Amino acid sequence: MNILKKIIMPLLGLLLWELLAKWLNNPVIIPPVESVINILMNPQTSVLGTGNLIENTLISIKRVISGFIIAGIIGIPLGIFMGYFSTIMDLFDTFIELLRPIPPLAWVPLALAWFGIGETSMLFIIFIGAFFPILLNTIAGVKSVPKILIESIETLGAKEKDILLKIILPASSPSILTGLRIGAGIAWMCVVAAEMLPGSSSGLGYLIMYSYSLGRMDIVVASMIIIGMIGLILDRGLKYLENRYFKWKSLTK
Amino acid sequence: MSAILEIKNVVKKFISEKKEVLAVDNVNFYVEHNEFLSIVGPSGCGKSTLLRMIAGLETPTSGEILMEGKEIKGPGAERGMVFQQYTLLPWRTVLDNVAIGLEIKGIPKKERYEISRKFIKMIGLEGFEDSYPYELSGGMQQRVAIGRTLANDPKIVLMDEPFGALDAQTRTILQNELLKIWNKDKKTVLFVTHSVDEAIYLSDRVIIMTARPGRIKDVIPIDLDRPRERNSMEFIEYKKKIVDKLKDEVLKTYNMNNYSI
Ligand SMILES: Nc1ncnc2c1ncn2[C@@H]1O[C@H](COP(=O)(O)OP(=O)(O)O)[C@@H](O)[C@H]1O
Ligand SMILES: [Mg+2]
Repeated sequence: MNILKKIIMPLLGLLLWELLAKWLNNPVIIPPVESVINILMNPQTSVLGTGNLIENTLISIKRVISGFIIAGIIGIPLGIFMGYFSTIMDLFDTFIELLRPIPPLAWVPLALAWFGIGETSMLFIIFIGAFFPILLNTIAGVKSVPKILIESIETLGAKEKDILLKIILPASSPSILTGLRIGAGIAWMCVVAAEMLPGSSSGLGYLIMYSYSLGRMDIVVASMIIIGMIGLILDRGLKYLENRYFKWKSLTK
Repeated sequence: MSAILEIKNVVKKFISEKKEVLAVDNVNFYVEHNEFLSIVGPSGCGKSTLLRMIAGLETPTSGEILMEGKEIKGPGAERGMVFQQYTLLPWRTVLDNVAIGLEIKGIPKKERYEISRKFIKMIGLEGFEDSYPYELSGGMQQRVAIGRTLANDPKIVLMDEPFGALDAQTRTILQNELLKIWNKDKKTVLFVTHSVDEAIYLSDRVIIMTARPGRIKDVIPIDLDRPRERNSMEFIEYKKKIVDKLKDEVLKTYNMNNYSI
């Protein structure tokens, strides 16, 4: 019964889409369902001479992972130190508060000026997108560690290093993972946008723009569906990790 | 016997923007090696504050605290503390919670687990080694916290109302276990409690504190052989004596609180 409730709307949507496509009979505005499905079912066939769907998807994923990893490598330690040492917080806080509200895409001109057209610029945009949620959630996680936990292990002989590794890091891990999940979602949106920029020649974002310029809306929609599914898998996967490894968080009062 | 811990003219004022609270006012006492010393006093009289200063978690506003003749600077493993609040690490199992002090000391896994298992048995939680704190009742969590402190083998154990959350039966069992360890390992225990009965049952001496600001009202040596008989005449005499002295202080606290409302 529950499954039925969950799939009834998507099925109705699909039906509506098919009816509209039939009625309009203009694949440049609404491509027929079966031609989209056909593309999705044959992801290994090259589309429009720009490589196949799988290749372009993997290129986008690789970019996201690279930018995301750099964001994590900088964001997590910086967040831990900012949350724990108030001097570091004071030093960076204003700066970060100023940069944070700037949308990743507003960095595009600067990125192009600094890194030129190509991979580095795209990585930079993804980095910016993932960095702030990771940083801010890490800081929030560190700040929410109960002081009494730190005090209790200090009376067991813990020094600064033990406090950081045995209390701060594990206690803020759930929050850090939440930051990673939100960051990954934004990074995934950023890569698609970055691949639409001039000079790009691969990836799902590029494929969408290129297909659009040739009026191939079926490929556009197929690519959009892949983007949606990967975003969903990413989010669910990280949520699964949160539930699996940080059960204590929700169960501790 | 000689003093392991000396508290000299210790004053603690908490100063915030709005007000000043004089929590501990010129307290002097000492704890001897291998002594079991209890502190009783009305709530809010500064018992926890005093213990926290000895643990090195607060600095006295004036006065000094000496551990084996040396002024204490910050917390250290030789002064283990069992807190009034729950302080287990929620992401660690019982075994890993008990073992954390030994882990910090760098003792290899096999050895620290061996030691920790012994203490888990002592606190009566055999079979719960792999449980997480959220799977335990409040009293069980407090027992784990006691095991964690004792497994770390401190020279002096500071205990802040450690049995407050336990039912009477468990309480009695743990009192006896604590006495056993104290006796066997030649530990020194400084024990805060609101139960006069518990203080007399356990201690060599009982310190009675006044209502806030906390001062020492009296120190009563308990000259009874162990194990002590709670129904004995002498035990009841002690109880009367201490309860009498406490009663005035509790009333003062009560009036103070009423006044401030
Ligand atoms: N960190 C603090 N800041 C301000 N006041 C405090 C602080 N800690 C304790 N106090 C105050 O000091 C007094 C003594 O507290 P405490 O030592 O916890 O008493 P007890 O343990 O005897 O019940 C209380 O009035 C309490 O409100
Ligand atoms: Mg207290």
